[in-house]
Amino acid sequence: MSDAAATNKRAQRQAQGRYGMIGKTLNELDDRLGIAKGGRTFMDKIFPDHWSFMLGEIALYSFVIIMVTGVFLTFYFIPSSALVTYHGSYLPLDGQKVTQAFSSTVNISFAVRGGLLMRQMHHWSCDIFVGAIVVHMARVFFTGAFRKPRELNWTIGLTLLILAIGNGFFGYSLPDDLVSGTGIRIAYSIMESIPFVGTYMAFFIFGGNFPGTSTIPRFFILHVLILPLVILGLLGAHLFLLVRQKHTQFPGRGRTEKNVVGSPMFPVFMAKTTGFLFIVSGITALLGAFAQVNPIWQFGPYDAARISYAVQPDWYMGFLDGALRIFPSWSFMAFGHTIPLEVTIPAVIFPGIIFNIAYLWPMLERKFTKDNEIHHLLDRPSDRPKRTAAGVTVLVMLSMLHIASSTDVIANFFHLSLNAVLWGMRILTVILPIVAYPLTYKLCKELQGVRGAGKRKTPNIVSRTAEGAYVATPTPAYGEDVGHELEATPVPAYIESEPEEPLESGVRTVDR
Amino acid sequence: MSEEQEQRTPVSLSGLSADDPRLQPAAKNPKTVERVIAITFVLGTLFFAGFGALFWVDAKPWTLGATLGAGMFFVGVGLVAWGKYLMPRGPFVEERHVLANSDADRDAFAAVIVERGGVVVKRRKMLAGLAGGGLGIFSLVALFPLVRSLGPLPKGTLFHTDWQKGSYAVDQNGRRVNVGDLAVGSIMTVFPEGTQDSDRGQAVDQTVLIRISNQNFTTQKGRETWGPMGYVAYSKVCTHLGCPVGLYEQQLQLLVCPCHQSMFNVTNGAIPQFGPAPRPLPQLPLYFDASGNLRSQADYDQPVGPGFWERHS
Repeated sequence: MSDAAATNKRAQRQAQGRYGMIGKTLNELDDRLGIAKGGRTFMDKIFPDHWSFMLGEIALYSFVIIMVTGVFLTFYFIPSSALVTYHGSYLPLDGQKVTQAFSSTVNISFAVRGGLLMRQMHHWSCDIFVGAIVVHMARVFFTGAFRKPRELNWTIGLTLLILAIGNGFFGYSLPDDLVSGTGIRIAYSIMESIPFVGTYMAFFIFGGNFPGTSTIPRFFILHVLILPLVILGLLGAHLFLLVRQKHTQFPGRGRTEKNVVGSPMFPVFMAKTTGFLFIVSGITALLGAFAQVNPIWQFGPYDAARISYAVQPDWYMGFLDGALRIFPSWSFMAFGHTIPLEVTIPAVIFPGIIFNIAYLWPMLERKFTKDNEIHHLLDRPSDRPKRTAAGVTVLVMLSMLHIASSTDVIANFFHLSLNAVLWGMRILTVILPIVAYPLTYKLCKELQGVRGAGKRKTPNIVSRTAEGAYVATPTPAYGEDVGHELEATPVPAYIESEPEEPLESGVRTVDR
Repeated sequence: MSEEQEQRTPVSLSGLSADDPRLQPAAKNPKTVERVIAITFVLGTLFFAGFGALFWVDAKPWTLGATLGAGMFFVGVGLVAWGKYLMPRGPFVEERHVLANSDADRDAFAAVIVERGGVVVKRRKMLAGLAGGGLGIFSLVALFPLVRSLGPLPKGTLFHTDWQKGSYAVDQNGRRVNVGDLAVGSIMTVFPEGTQDSDRGQAVDQTVLIRISNQNFTTQKGRETWGPMGYVAYSKVCTHLGCPVGLYEQQLQLLVCPCHQSMFNVTNGAIPQFGPAPRPLPQLPLYFDASGNLRSQADYDQPVGPGFWERHS
């Protein structure tokens, strides 16, 4: 390289400033947007390293996958109940009269390149999305991360869960297959069961009696535009509040209410979280490749007069279906009106109560514990036995209801009578939560007793006075040990014993 | 978090010298880790290339998913490992600033809302009232076209089906049912003629027809003429949640709803025997006309399907 060229290059670099092209671009941006300071702070933002903080990320990334695969599906799906004669590549259906929604979904599965994979990924990522939200919420609940100042974000998160469940329902209703159509029929009847306004609500939402031609176009626009927009907006608010209020963290070495300990946004967290996006997408794609989900061509098109065996909804609706199965037939007549309690209680009032308690929980807990402080350090679940027991109770009850949504399959599989299974589930759904509360409470209390087992205890310096009294002074902790060792255990101030030989007063040191 | 990391004191990122041990990678043998990560990236790239090729030739869907998934998985694992083992190991600490402002700032903010705003409103109470009322009424009225145009009012539609005096019972293809069509113990779905392809027919008119015996069959007192030649017909819409009651347990003579396992005894007027359904399935009174066609004597004597508020029997 000649001297002249080298000088030229150096001059060029100098003209660009210390950080080259990137620096120059950032400067140009800063001139216009003033991003340097905030950008630096954002790059330095600290993310706690605990694995449980990853659960929310699973939800976020599943949503990304849902949107990408969903956009693909909208290119080919036709949201119409108009009847067409199917002449596609799936021969068993050839010549059948089906709706355009059904036929276009079968086409996506068999005729569109990559279509089946995208459909199955879309369905799987929705199941994962709702599941990740539930597990993430359980983490937030059991560790007390919802406490002041984060009550608003708890509320937003809970709303996101409800919207996710709702949009999942709208989504799997769209293909107009036999199973999902039955689901819509049930949803319609549930709505109808609401006293005073039920029939009007059902007629307005479904555009008349069921089945009608308005359902699919309406569900489509709700599913692909309105609910996703609301979810996106709330997701933005959820993340904004998270950045604004900063992360919670478990107590530990050097972690206080006044700081956050972990890895910085750039580059550590960014690398890990981008990698995690890829891992979640990869696993979803593998599920889409190897685990068949919602094979609508096997169910056949919807027909209000047909039905198949083992009709189960997607998992997140299971608890509602189970509640409807095991609730007794308590229809109620009053003043010339029917109140279908056998539907209203399990499908409207019960979920209403559960979700309202969840919404109000941060406030209720503030009220009953009289704890109005700001908390950034998390609880261990065993630190709060009552809260943990309450959470476990609800989860046990919901799980039992979920299992109850498969009474027919259980009875068939284990060769039991349906009657026995039904009564078994009724009893378990009531008894197990009642057992779960004291059991969890007791377990938490027991766990509190073994706190710090395996950790080193700070040694005491025990000195004996001339009178025979013992004085225990904890040793100063090592610099590196702060917050990591247990408190020194007090030593009895005086021990009654006859000294075998007189000891000198003073201090004995024991090596540690 | 590793035990070793747990034991280091966290520090702030700003003002950290470049040779601080916390900026060193976490891996004990970074060279090996780097090699492993390189392998995952190469594998990921190969799988992505494979996905591209398979997509190009329109291969089987599972091969597309397998290559795409494996590619993403390997790249993801590589990235996570890079972040975990080869980037500054920390731990780092960030100070948390109190979100709440000083009392003076809060008061100033509240003062603007309460005092400045209050003065404006108090001085013009009438205007404020009119504006508030106007906006309220506007938002209420604006809801009207939005909500009311969504669907028709239920009116009487939930109380009646299309079965009338003399309606012919037809199967799904529109063929009239004749006296010899069903053997004892068999079952079929029928509709009032002309509705078998309509939405309403599907929704409320669907009726399950069972032949219980060879003689006229009485399911309940007062229904002596309803089951000619052993043919009995019940609404197929479950009284629980409206699923079609499509399964017939021939030996027990039960109709079973596959959705929530309500069971109805067909011999005694479809009284629910098991499950959550609260009411019997309404029975359709039948007769055979002179040419042997099955017809209905009248509509159902009560609304079919699940319960709703306006239902009064």
